[in-house]
Amino acid sequence: MKIICNGEERTITPGSKVCDLLRELALDSEAVVVECDGAILKRPEYDTHLLADGSVLELIRFVGGG
Amino acid sequence: MLTIAGKTFGSRLFGGTGKFASPEVMRDALAASGTEMVTVALRRVDLADPADDIMQVLDRARYQLLPNTSGARDAREAIRLAHLARAAGSTEWLKLEVTPDPRTLLPDPVETLAATEELVKEGFIVLPYMNADPILALRLQDVGAAAVMPLGAPIGTNQGIVTAFQVRIIIEQARVPVVVDAGLGAPSHAAQAMEMGADAVLVNTAIAVAGDPVRMARAFAMAVEAGREAYESGLGEARVEADASSPHAGLDFLR
Amino acid sequence: MFVTPEFDILQREVAVATRADVERALKSPCLTRRDLAALLSPAAESYLGVMADRAAAITGKRFGRVIQLYAPLYVSNLCANRCRYCGFSAENRIERRVLTLEEAESEAMLLHERGFNHLLLVSGEAPKAVGVEYLEALALRLRDRFAAISIEVQPLQTAEYARLFRAGITGVAVYQETYHREVYRQMHLAGPKSDYDFRLATPARGAEAGLREVGIGFLLGLSDWRAEGLAVGLHLAWLRKAFWRTAFTVSFPRMRPAAGDFQPPLPVGERELTQLIFALRIFDPDVGLILSTREDPRYRDGMLGLGPTRYSAGSCTAPGGYVDPDAAGEQFSVGDHRSIDEVCAAIRARGLDPVRKDWDAIFQQNEAA
Repeated sequence: MKIICNGEERTITPGSKVCDLLRELALDSEAVVVECDGAILKRPEYDTHLLADGSVLELIRFVGGG
Repeated sequence: MLTIAGKTFGSRLFGGTGKFASPEVMRDALAASGTEMVTVALRRVDLADPADDIMQVLDRARYQLLPNTSGARDAREAIRLAHLARAAGSTEWLKLEVTPDPRTLLPDPVETLAATEELVKEGFIVLPYMNADPILALRLQDVGAAAVMPLGAPIGTNQGIVTAFQVRIIIEQARVPVVVDAGLGAPSHAAQAMEMGADAVLVNTAIAVAGDPVRMARAFAMAVEAGREAYESGLGEARVEADASSPHAGLDFLR
Repeated sequence: MFVTPEFDILQREVAVATRADVERALKSPCLTRRDLAALLSPAAESYLGVMADRAAAITGKRFGRVIQLYAPLYVSNLCANRCRYCGFSAENRIERRVLTLEEAESEAMLLHERGFNHLLLVSGEAPKAVGVEYLEALALRLRDRFAAISIEVQPLQTAEYARLFRAGITGVAVYQETYHREVYRQMHLAGPKSDYDFRLATPARGAEAGLREVGIGFLLGLSDWRAEGLAVGLHLAWLRKAFWRTAFTVSFPRMRPAAGDFQPPLPVGERELTQLIFALRIFDPDVGLILSTREDPRYRDGMLGLGPTRYSAGSCTAPGGYVDPDAAGEQFSVGDHRSIDEVCAAIRARGLDPVRKDWDAIFQQNEAA
């Protein structure tokens, strides 16, 4: 199954949830906000939201800024 | 004490977290500054460097987080970033930055006003970054901005308060706190802003790129305190308009 | 809501001001409450000349060498109140008259022919005789011929001001008479006007309704003019902050000891009136300052260029008095009886430009905010 994550194509196992992807990327779910197909997911949804073929994901975090 | 949106701050110096050489230097400089509110930006996670997380060194118990919408070029993008910021940081506080020109990073007044109005309705505590336009400041206050943040000079230029004349008008007319943001390149600029009556200042570049950011942060903190003390003790900016030695208007007609 | 500070606090602020405070106030580019108190204080009396210069410089910069002209049009002297100081008090036996809309229009046309473009519709406070409907109907008749029409009538609600704005009324004048609560109570024992707070909040209602201009002031002679001056200055500053789109004016109706029942408790002399005008001009460079025909020609001419920005001329304070100069029932006796042409000549003689029209009605969009 293919998804777009932060602008890059990525292959993932069917049935993966958002939390699985974050774990694979070594990302702390508390530190990241996830936008899936334009909708911002609430943190509890990371454990339940199933990724679909062609999903467009944006993983956003805070960085330094003025 | 400074109060914005019902929250009090012990320090009138707000800090930015950008442009530092390392997270550790940033952490130490912010601590030295005594600030109680820091800005952060939102960007895509760098998937090649997942451990790079600024929030590891920012103590949220110590600092009110003020996410900014830097990168937004119009109200729509700013509103999207605002939603992401609220989700990422679990905070309603927002520094609204709408900067369509990447060269000058000057804020778009039309988009800023539109975004402020919308975001206030959605429950955000909006602190809009704006050019020092007194009418715009009033319009932003009318739609519910919690404070206004007029620039002293464009971001990163360190020119000081080029907009002093207008900032004074903004301060005079303001019904909410005025935070001078951007362009403060030296502690004396920060002191000047406070002497003018600004409620607070936001400093990022000048501290981050100083030779010794920790010491510079302390210098800014002292300057902000000095400027505020001077203002509160009734500093009169010496500008005499009437020349006492010139002949007076005729008042002979008075009985 | 604007809340008048306690009067004895205002009096104390004025009383403790020193010459050093006055000098600091005169140097300040942005005056504070304390500065205004200093300029109103006894300590400032010896600085009247310097204050005159400062006031003249500020007025020149902000308003140019221009004096606006207006005429009051009294449409009725019927009044439900019993204000102890006023010729229209319900207790006074005077000839009462309410102009019909036609009569009011005739009066207005006479003023129009004489060259006036700014009108102030005045009435006693009698809503059944001169209510919102009457004023609305009159405004609709007059709006095409006058660039600005203000009203000085009973305090109205915001929605009523908005309605009148849509009909062509551009401004409202409402004077607190006195900011001293106890004196206010004594002067206004009965009638709707006895409500101090309702009256105090009226300028804000007018501004909120979208009126372009709001005029405030107090009756000089009722109470300590220095503390009143501080109160009106604070009221003005509060209104400006709350309603930044509105233009404001301050008037200086001054009671004279006159043959009649009511003697002003604390009459205000000319030098004191002058100090008050200068202090407010220096405190607020943008406020319009109005000198009516209550003051005599010598004084009005002398003050040209020193702060005031708007003068009435050829005024009659009895309803119907323009068409019929013998009309009885005046509110007060006029001090300056000169015609508009004579007043304009005097203004020009001082090197100022008498302006009969400030802007064109055609540019106005009287849509309520």
